[in-house]
Amino acid sequence: MDKYILKYFNLIRTIIAILIGVFICILIIFIISKDPQNGLRYFFLGPFSSAGRIGNVIEMASPIILCGLAISIPFQAEQFNVGAEGALFIAAAVTTGFGVSTSFPKIIHIPLMVLVAGGVGAIWGFIPGILKAKWKANELVITLMMNYVALYLSLYIINFHFRDKKAGFLVSYQLPKTAWFDQFIKNTRIHYGVLLTIVFIILVYILLYKTKLGYEIRMTGMNINFAKYGGINTFKVIVLSQVIGGFIAGIAGISEVMGIHRRFNWQGTPGYGWDGVVVAIIGRNHPILLAFASIFIAYLRVSGQVLNLMTDVPSEIVTIFESIIILLITAEAFLTQWKYKITLREAEKREVKIEPAS
Amino acid sequence: MNPLLKSILSPSFGFAILRVMTPILFASIGVAFSALAGSINISLEGTMLISAFFGVIVSAFTKSLTLGLISGILAGIGLASILAYFHLKLKADIILAAIALNMFASGFTIFLLYIFAKDKGTSSSLKSLVFPSIQIPILKDIPILGEIFSGHNILTYLALLSILIFFIIIFKTPLGLRIRAVGQNPDAASSVGINVNKIKFYALILSGIFGALGGLYLSMGYVSWFARDMTAGRGFIAIAASNLGAHLPLGVFLASILFGILNTIAIYLASLQVPSEFIQMIPYIATIITLTIYSIQASRKKRKL
Repeated sequence: MDKYILKYFNLIRTIIAILIGVFICILIIFIISKDPQNGLRYFFLGPFSSAGRIGNVIEMASPIILCGLAISIPFQAEQFNVGAEGALFIAAAVTTGFGVSTSFPKIIHIPLMVLVAGGVGAIWGFIPGILKAKWKANELVITLMMNYVALYLSLYIINFHFRDKKAGFLVSYQLPKTAWFDQFIKNTRIHYGVLLTIVFIILVYILLYKTKLGYEIRMTGMNINFAKYGGINTFKVIVLSQVIGGFIAGIAGISEVMGIHRRFNWQGTPGYGWDGVVVAIIGRNHPILLAFASIFIAYLRVSGQVLNLMTDVPSEIVTIFESIIILLITAEAFLTQWKYKITLREAEKREVKIEPAS
Repeated sequence: MNPLLKSILSPSFGFAILRVMTPILFASIGVAFSALAGSINISLEGTMLISAFFGVIVSAFTKSLTLGLISGILAGIGLASILAYFHLKLKADIILAAIALNMFASGFTIFLLYIFAKDKGTSSSLKSLVFPSIQIPILKDIPILGEIFSGHNILTYLALLSILIFFIIIFKTPLGLRIRAVGQNPDAASSVGINVNKIKFYALILSGIFGALGGLYLSMGYVSWFARDMTAGRGFIAIAASNLGAHLPLGVFLASILFGILNTIAIYLASLQVPSEFIQMIPYIATIITLTIYSIQASRKKRKL
């Protein structure tokens, strides 16, 4: 038993963190809700109440996964780039503009859209990357600021140049049908962008763990001086990790626009970039683990929506839950006392075994 | 004369700068305290939000300005203590923990706003109090100067005074000396018997207090209600301002004035026929540019050494 606890310590720790979060949320629901039973039922099982809602979980997980991947690559290189939010927003705005003002057959239009979005995102990632690599400008502050620049620049692009005045809301023109990701499962909005997400999970896994660049990224993250000494061009790694991250983040936004809304309908950033940070932390920057974390977060979000509709519990309980989990998971010393005790016990056991032999 | 230039040259522009820079100045001092101790606190966005909220709620229900002030500051200290506990005791990365706390503050305040005011947007249905404005005798009768410097909210004067308090704590007290020592070289500090974690804890609490004052000003001075996510990035601008000012009193003060001026120009431009999106971008672009210039200079200096 102890052996397994040590082997899967990180996983167990994550699960305990989640359980503590769940416990606190149950407590809150009991305190504030007039009908806590109903509240609890929807909090846990809300997303399973219809096929459409299960679909909601998957379609929402898709941009979160892409943002998580986008964040995890610079994070692996120890670059605190939190600019996925801005990159996805500006890329979606520019690409929507590109989409409504061009016409191609579908087979060309879709890849072009994806590439334009990725390109814009990559440029957005390049700026903090080069500033950090060249002059050590703090990428955290720069990307935080760039998120706001992206927000306002995008709103300017959409509201002043591509606004559909007939729509009655502040939204862009609708994309031509040739630029749509089709929805392919009945009663849900699951679209081909979801499949693209799965492709990216695999690609990022290969990049990080099977290629030279991925090795260099991870080495730079572990110890930049050691990496430099070992002949790794850390300048290139720092810039590239953020450019690739920006590329993927750029696709996260446009994928949702092409698959679900078919027009740019955001007036504020959707928050997927921050969710990306969250899942990268929960999944410890591992592409497959963070995909599961994203589904988990998306599940919670849909729970939140159901809670809002069906009960008197505000959906923000989900945000509170998420923040508690991140706090506990980032706390490295959380439960180490316990791990230490088990390690000691294991060691003592082994000593006993060895004694008769000597 | 150009209408923009005309309004910039009027005394009311100077008045507006002081008004706009108050929360930034408070928060920048908060960031500077933590940065000097070597553990930069980027959760002031959340601290300001949660203090702004508790100030409004408590003052609305108790009708006491003092209780509103105290609970706002306690909320700020509370959030800072959580950050300190997770960072210092549980060894969490301070950046990630702070991101979590910013999320928490945003969600938690909207959650409670809905519980107390049955509204997820603003607290305008509650009758909360505001801090009083003060006319300064003699100064208020001097033309121009009086119009710029008199009649501000009491917290604006406290913000200006805080620069002095910041200077005194950092350069004239043993605590300030220890904060600087811990920030510059924690190993050396601990070798002479300084409890590094304790000093960092104090610095984070101080940053929480100043962040809280900034938040209280927002909801009980700048405007008279709480609105969801009303800090609108000021906590992050404060990080930039503190960086720009090298975390030192005069630098932080000048950087806050700069951001105050830029933000005020943005507000003034908005009334003219310029797309407001561009104006709203100005402070953020300015932050990126100034931070870049600062980094270039810092790396040049390093190369010379």
